[in-house]
Amino acid sequence: MNIPKIPVGDTFESLINWLTDNVGVVFDGIGNTVTAILAGLKFILLLPHPLLMILLFTALAWWIAKRGVAIFTVLGMLLIYNMGYWTATMETLSLVLASVLIALAIGVPLGIWAAKNDTVENVVRPILDFMQTLPAFVYLIPAVLFFKLGEVPGVIATLIFSLPPAVRLTNLGIRQVPEEIHEAAISFGSNPRQLLFKAELPVAMPTIMAGVNQTIMLALSMVVISGMIGAGGLGNEVLKGITQLKIDVGFEAGISIVILAIFLDRVTQSLSQPRNG
Amino acid sequence: MGVIKVNNLFKVFGHDPKRTFPLIEKGKSKEEILDETGCTVGINDASFEIQKKEIFVLMGLSGSGKSTVIRCLNRLIEPTRGEVLIDGQDIMKMGKEELLQVRRSKLSMVFQHFGLLPHRSVVRNVEYGLEVAGVAAAEARKSAVESLELVGLKGYEDSMPNELSGGMQQRVGLARALASSPEVLLMDEAFSALDPLIRTNMQDELLELQARMHKTIVFITHDLDEALKLGDRIGIMKDGAIVQIGTPEEILTNPADEYVERFVENVDRSKVITASSLMRKVRTITVPKDGPHVAIRAMEKERVSSIFAVDSERHLQGLLTVDDAVKLERAGKQDVSEMLQTDLFVASPDTPIADLLNTAMNARYPIAIQDDEAHLLGLLDRATILAEMYEDDGEEQAAVPLEEVLADAEEAKDGDA
Repeated sequence: MNIPKIPVGDTFESLINWLTDNVGVVFDGIGNTVTAILAGLKFILLLPHPLLMILLFTALAWWIAKRGVAIFTVLGMLLIYNMGYWTATMETLSLVLASVLIALAIGVPLGIWAAKNDTVENVVRPILDFMQTLPAFVYLIPAVLFFKLGEVPGVIATLIFSLPPAVRLTNLGIRQVPEEIHEAAISFGSNPRQLLFKAELPVAMPTIMAGVNQTIMLALSMVVISGMIGAGGLGNEVLKGITQLKIDVGFEAGISIVILAIFLDRVTQSLSQPRNG
Repeated sequence: MGVIKVNNLFKVFGHDPKRTFPLIEKGKSKEEILDETGCTVGINDASFEIQKKEIFVLMGLSGSGKSTVIRCLNRLIEPTRGEVLIDGQDIMKMGKEELLQVRRSKLSMVFQHFGLLPHRSVVRNVEYGLEVAGVAAAEARKSAVESLELVGLKGYEDSMPNELSGGMQQRVGLARALASSPEVLLMDEAFSALDPLIRTNMQDELLELQARMHKTIVFITHDLDEALKLGDRIGIMKDGAIVQIGTPEEILTNPADEYVERFVENVDRSKVITASSLMRKVRTITVPKDGPHVAIRAMEKERVSSIFAVDSERHLQGLLTVDDAVKLERAGKQDVSEMLQTDLFVASPDTPIADLLNTAMNARYPIAIQDDEAHLLGLLDRATILAEMYEDDGEEQAAVPLEEVLADAEEAKDGDA
């Protein structure tokens, strides 16, 4: 028997083509915005002397997390500087920050909307499942088609990949606000905006921050992968290690990624734990 | 007119509440309606009126609809049908802004699990209602601090809620409700989450506050003792309907139906039943008019061994026992006043019998009940008090016959072997 193949791949391809042809202007706008954000971040991160930046990061770790994290930060970042990957690391960090900023700007409001409206949640949830389970590399293809090679498609692919936890955990956090707190806020005469900003968001904040933490970690892993489409930074170095069989470069870049990852994780994790006192 | 008036209130939970009304009118039960329509009747035709400055307690088992009713009063839950009048205004017909104003100024609520905002300090929690109402910060802070002082939490302004005990957290809840000086306090099982000792304290303090502040309070509870202690009037709910409304005494002495009766059965009657409902009117002799002959005849007729003697204005003079009366008669004396016993106890008719128990156990003679002007109203004897306190307690066996204990021990031993 000869069952005709359902043209899943072909349809997707023609959809992408249609989008490129017809909505190109929109993509150009998005691309320019992302480029501007990236340029700004990179400028800020690379402007001061690396040693001054290391000092700033260490102070941040000390202030938000604990002394142990601060010690790790100063040693780890000095190692990165010493190995000569400072610029690449800051490029990666700016890619991560740009993706995360955009992901949160989309994800948190979407999460709030989903928490307030069951229909929205029912629509959004399967899309998020789809986004999270699709292999990360697949995002690179449309990103490249829409935005060519370079940093911008890297940021776009990363933001899509890292968006789901921000939406999910914002939604969850707000839905988990105890019914009585919700009722108390309403019964004392809060309007919907006061309810959201004075009661729901603050109570949900630890959960939302856990989402931010996950978003950042996913973004970091994706930024490295998007080195394949020329996003630059540490991903580029790793790719160099693989393609040119330079074990030393690959390993050193890898270590740098790990150090950056641990720094970002510990600091944002501390944000999600309610402070004592 | 009452501050709150509820007329024919219905709340039906489910997809198509309208379908249930024909069934409700036919008098079908909650279960039948659930089976037929998939809708749950939360409130079934509740009507009541709450007077200014009274504590109105709504009592019922869980699922009886009492929490739903209180939430309809400030529209935390949208009633399906009926009227809720606050100061004569139908809250159901109010627009969003008007409703916000009513919630901010007239009604405030205290919750079972406190409902405090964990990220705000105590004083910031208390000023929440004023803050959302747009009251200037300094003024809001001032009211909040005063309100905290009122509930005895001065000095805890900057603590976080999670640093306080349950009782203290509920004081914060109470302070928050008082901060905007509303007319009406809605208290939803406000003390149910507290342990018994703290709970009793809070009840006492609420009554004390009420004596000073004269709010209108709607109090929800599932505990009859609490209802009887706090309520000026009590409404009892069952399956979404109000089955009886009355004063604590009315509810206890005259339960409207079996459901209320079952509720009332387990109550500690001694704290609620007062001397007036148990005292007996008695024959008395009047001194100095009546002599020993009259006294003996009266005692014979009443089959008692002693009799109260009063003066012409029914002021109690003392008590004459039959032995003394016989002695006087033999001695041929007319004046009984020299033999009157005066080591008597007197009580007012409003005294709960629990407070009389101790006296009754130690007194040789019945307790005399007299009104504020010292007129004798009647007497209360030990047997009556005991009978009342232990009425209906047949099932409860605090004391077990020794033989039974021995037999049980024997059995247990056999079981082990």
